[in-house]
Amino acid sequence: MMHTLHRLTALAHLPARRLTLSVLLGALAIGFGVALMGSAGYLVSRAAERPPILALTVTIVAVRFFGLARPLARYLERLASHDLALRTLGRIRAGFYERIEPLAPAQLEGFRHGELLGRMVGDVDVLQGLYLRGLGPPLVAVLVAAGCVGVTAAFLPAAAAILAAGLVVGGAVVPTLSATLGRASGRRQAAARAELTAELVELLRGAPELAVYGGEAETLARVRARDGELSRLGRRDALVGGLGDGLSILVAGATAAGVLAVAVAAHDAGALDRVLVATLALLAVSSFESVAPLPRAALELSATLAAGRRVLELIDREPEVTDPSAPLPPPPVPATIALEGVTARYGPEEQPALEGVDLTLHPGRRVALVGPSGAGKTTVTNLLLRFLDPEVGRVTIAGNDLRDYLQRDARRMIALAGQEAHLFDSTIRANLLLARPGATDAELEQALDMARIGDWVRSLPDGLETLVGEEGVRLSGGQRQRIVVARALLANAPVLVLDEPAAHLDPKTASELVGDLLAAAGDRSVLLITHRPEGLDLVDEILTLDAGRIVKRTSAVGQAAEIGASRPSVSPAPVVQSSPIGSKGPVSR
Amino acid sequence: MRALDPRLLRRARAARVVLIADAVLGVLAALLVLAEAVLLAHIAAEAFDGASLAAVALPLGLLVAAVAGRAAAIWGFEVVGRRGAGNVLSQLRLELVEHRLRDRPAALDGAESADVATAAVAGIDALEALFARYLPQVVLATVVPIAVLAVVASIDLVSAGIMLLTLPLVPLFMWLVGRYTEHRTLQRWRALTLLATHFLDVVRGLPTLRAFNRGEAQVERIAEVSDDYRRETMGTLRVAFLSGAVLELAATLGIALVAVTVGVRLVGGEIAFEPALIVLVLAPELYLPLRNLGAQYHASADGAAVAERLIDLVDASSAAIRGVALPPSPRDVPVRLEGVSFAYPDRQATVLDAVDLELEPGETVALIGPSGGGKSTIASLILRLAEPLCGRVAAGSVDLADCAPQVWRAQLAWVPQRPTLFRGTVADNIRLGDAAAGEARVRTAAELAGADTFIRALPGGYRTLVGDGGRPLSAGQRQRLALARAFVRRAPLVILDEPTANLDPLSAELVEDAVERLSDGRTVLLIAHRPELAARAHRVVRLEAGRIVEPQVVAA
Repeated sequence: MMHTLHRLTALAHLPARRLTLSVLLGALAIGFGVALMGSAGYLVSRAAERPPILALTVTIVAVRFFGLARPLARYLERLASHDLALRTLGRIRAGFYERIEPLAPAQLEGFRHGELLGRMVGDVDVLQGLYLRGLGPPLVAVLVAAGCVGVTAAFLPAAAAILAAGLVVGGAVVPTLSATLGRASGRRQAAARAELTAELVELLRGAPELAVYGGEAETLARVRARDGELSRLGRRDALVGGLGDGLSILVAGATAAGVLAVAVAAHDAGALDRVLVATLALLAVSSFESVAPLPRAALELSATLAAGRRVLELIDREPEVTDPSAPLPPPPVPATIALEGVTARYGPEEQPALEGVDLTLHPGRRVALVGPSGAGKTTVTNLLLRFLDPEVGRVTIAGNDLRDYLQRDARRMIALAGQEAHLFDSTIRANLLLARPGATDAELEQALDMARIGDWVRSLPDGLETLVGEEGVRLSGGQRQRIVVARALLANAPVLVLDEPAAHLDPKTASELVGDLLAAAGDRSVLLITHRPEGLDLVDEILTLDAGRIVKRTSAVGQAAEIGASRPSVSPAPVVQSSPIGSKGPVSR
Repeated sequence: MRALDPRLLRRARAARVVLIADAVLGVLAALLVLAEAVLLAHIAAEAFDGASLAAVALPLGLLVAAVAGRAAAIWGFEVVGRRGAGNVLSQLRLELVEHRLRDRPAALDGAESADVATAAVAGIDALEALFARYLPQVVLATVVPIAVLAVVASIDLVSAGIMLLTLPLVPLFMWLVGRYTEHRTLQRWRALTLLATHFLDVVRGLPTLRAFNRGEAQVERIAEVSDDYRRETMGTLRVAFLSGAVLELAATLGIALVAVTVGVRLVGGEIAFEPALIVLVLAPELYLPLRNLGAQYHASADGAAVAERLIDLVDASSAAIRGVALPPSPRDVPVRLEGVSFAYPDRQATVLDAVDLELEPGETVALIGPSGGGKSTIASLILRLAEPLCGRVAAGSVDLADCAPQVWRAQLAWVPQRPTLFRGTVADNIRLGDAAAGEARVRTAAELAGADTFIRALPGGYRTLVGDGGRPLSAGQRQRLALARAFVRRAPLVILDEPTANLDPLSAELVEDAVERLSDGRTVLLIAHRPELAARAHRVVRLEAGRIVEPQVVAA
């Protein structure tokens, strides 16, 4: 537990100065409160002895001072501690991201988006309460409790002993008890929450299909089951959570009664001034304000630690792809990029995604990679971008192993317009600028024009500032594709990888787009990954991939026509004004 | 200070139960607070006059009993409140998902699914704060001050007068500051959600960010966005916490004033020690519930905002008009779009403009045209995932708006452009088309969709887990599973939205053959851009910019 706590505070970068300030202000706020009641009790008791009024002046001033100082200290403490919590949130988010960034995408593949969501939003947000709800209250309590016990001991050691015992029980035993009771439940609740969130996200995203296929009942039943599980845990937690508060009140009241009893006995024995009987009792009652938040703090802390452990578990994964200790200087431009006898797989138990693949992309050359889905085409891009390292063989740039370069130098060579490329929930401009921060509007428009979507963007009322929605949901499939392509063109890398650029497009547009892209690529090398015929007549070499192996190499222009003709032609529908390439049918396998 | 949305009380029985239980527990707790103060003062006063421990044994025992009773009441508040919060949220989220599925499956209102799911699950914390902490405090803050004032007034009118003077300051300031913070709190909740959405979006896009070497730059961006949020929130808090500070000031000054006046009057012999001590012990109890209320206020506002948001979503109007008539079967009558226009509420452009389209029983119609021309919207309208703005969609002479959507959809099969794979086995995903389908039928459907080969090559075959967290499948594989779904469903009307867009030539060819098999005796609307696919249709309709430009008939 201490280990986790230590690592979490390191992750959160809790600044020592702010932490100390918060704790001191918190202790002062409660301390002034205790002093207010203690001095008021003394004032009333002393007054009952009817001394001259002047004898009470100092006490009266003290009572008023404590009455004024307490709210001020509390206000400052709350500001300081919340500021700390919010700083923690930002730091933890950034720190978390920094650690998982090198894991993406290969090592995060198995993570459900829904569950990832549960982890980020849930666990990371829980961690923000690390100081506010977890660390702060116990630190403050220790300071205040020590002060109260010390003051009491000065008058009546026996009462101090009872008070100390009461504070320890109320501040340590009760919280530990509720934390122990609640820990398992809290841990399971976080898992149950993540599960339920995952179900809900899936249900909300897939709602149209569920509605059409009538699968609502089953999915609803699943959500209900998850919901029931979470509610059951919640009911159990309810008993535990409230128990701490109740027990605290019991311990505080019993301790005050104990202090009172000891004080009565001491006075009876002549060991205590009668003025101090009520004073010590009131001091004891109010000193429990310091430990009152601890049961909840312990619960929060254990929930925080559970969430923290999950976060740490994720960020503790070692990146499989790492930078070399003595990297080569950035590769020259242009450079030949090649796969040399590469075998690659995603996990030790997995089938190889590629086996013994050779592929060479000389500067300025255009190579097409065709083949059925699952043949390993995307693995080739993963290798080129060094999201994955080969098991056998090597990937090279300018003859050097990719692993000998810095990752960012290697990636700078390649711009990917992928099928699964992500569009961020932001503007078209922001999505484009990703590829070249600082690009001018003219450059953005040029890229959009090359992707044949410039006119459309200009026709939008908000133009480049148009929001694309979550994962580009406000755009059609074809529009998304073109924005992605425009982004890749903008990156201005010597190698352009086009992964199914024409998916979702009609044949006429598709062949126009691919033709334009190849033209726009200029002297860049192009790897065109496709299963469609468009553009195959424009490449220098066609590699056919099947089940992870290259089964056919066709070089020289003009082969596409032959490939296209290998399939018995069908009578074209009269309405389609398709391009000559499009009408020749798909590529052969 | 609106802690509870009246709609919540009307809707959720659990919320009403909490209120009633809290009222009972609150009165009990107030009485015990008074008893404790009287007993404590009595014991101290007796001791002041020289009583021995044995002489005060009975009041000491009673004091401990009163403390135990109050502890039990406080425990009761928490249990009742937390259970209530759990039940209320559970009810709300189940209502929400049912409403989504039944009435607004296409989620055209832009409420992002992740955002909603977060509110529906993580919202429990805020709601617990409302039910288990805030509501009991509301009850205590009402009952305890009245009880304390009554007792103090019966003992010492001057002290009661001081208390009465300071007390109203508390709710007044709370109201003033609360009014200001309520709006801001709602904004803060939205900002927090936005922040979470931004963070998730960044994590989802990690592969893309890394590909462009922008992965590391985002660390700064996340820190920056969080820091902006912090500064903004601290601005709100500086004002919001003032309410707490004013409350505390009223309380501590009240206690100090009572102590000082009582002390001075004790010296003058105007009041006895025991009543003076009762007043002093009760003085903090007067303000304590109100102060606690102030401390919980912000948490409660979050809870109220969560409940309100979910209720708003549940109460959102239905996208589909839900008639009850039984629609005729597309097997027997044509399905027609009659002068249908459509535009999405959050976009300005008209998607469909007075479209007429007829699907005769048994006919295969290919719908072609440029991307973004409105083809998929036609599918949505026939599926009743959206309703036309003008015109109507009819089966025979029956307007579909008058029909029960479920009954109508039971006769349709649909392959969307980006099919969703649900968490479960491959077979489960195919069986979504027809829950009653046995293994053999699932298998046949997969064969027809050209999916059988790749499924059998998966490590678990038909039992392989797919969907979120399961085995990742390629776009083409997903498409073929969705096709298998359509095959397993014995629906008279099938809508295929670009079924071959992501398929390799081999599968595309298989699918084309399969589409032909599927169209046998069924009505098929085929959204296509591949000429091979469109060629197999009886009729090809071209849609451009929301209008049908050249309906053409192919000679059979």
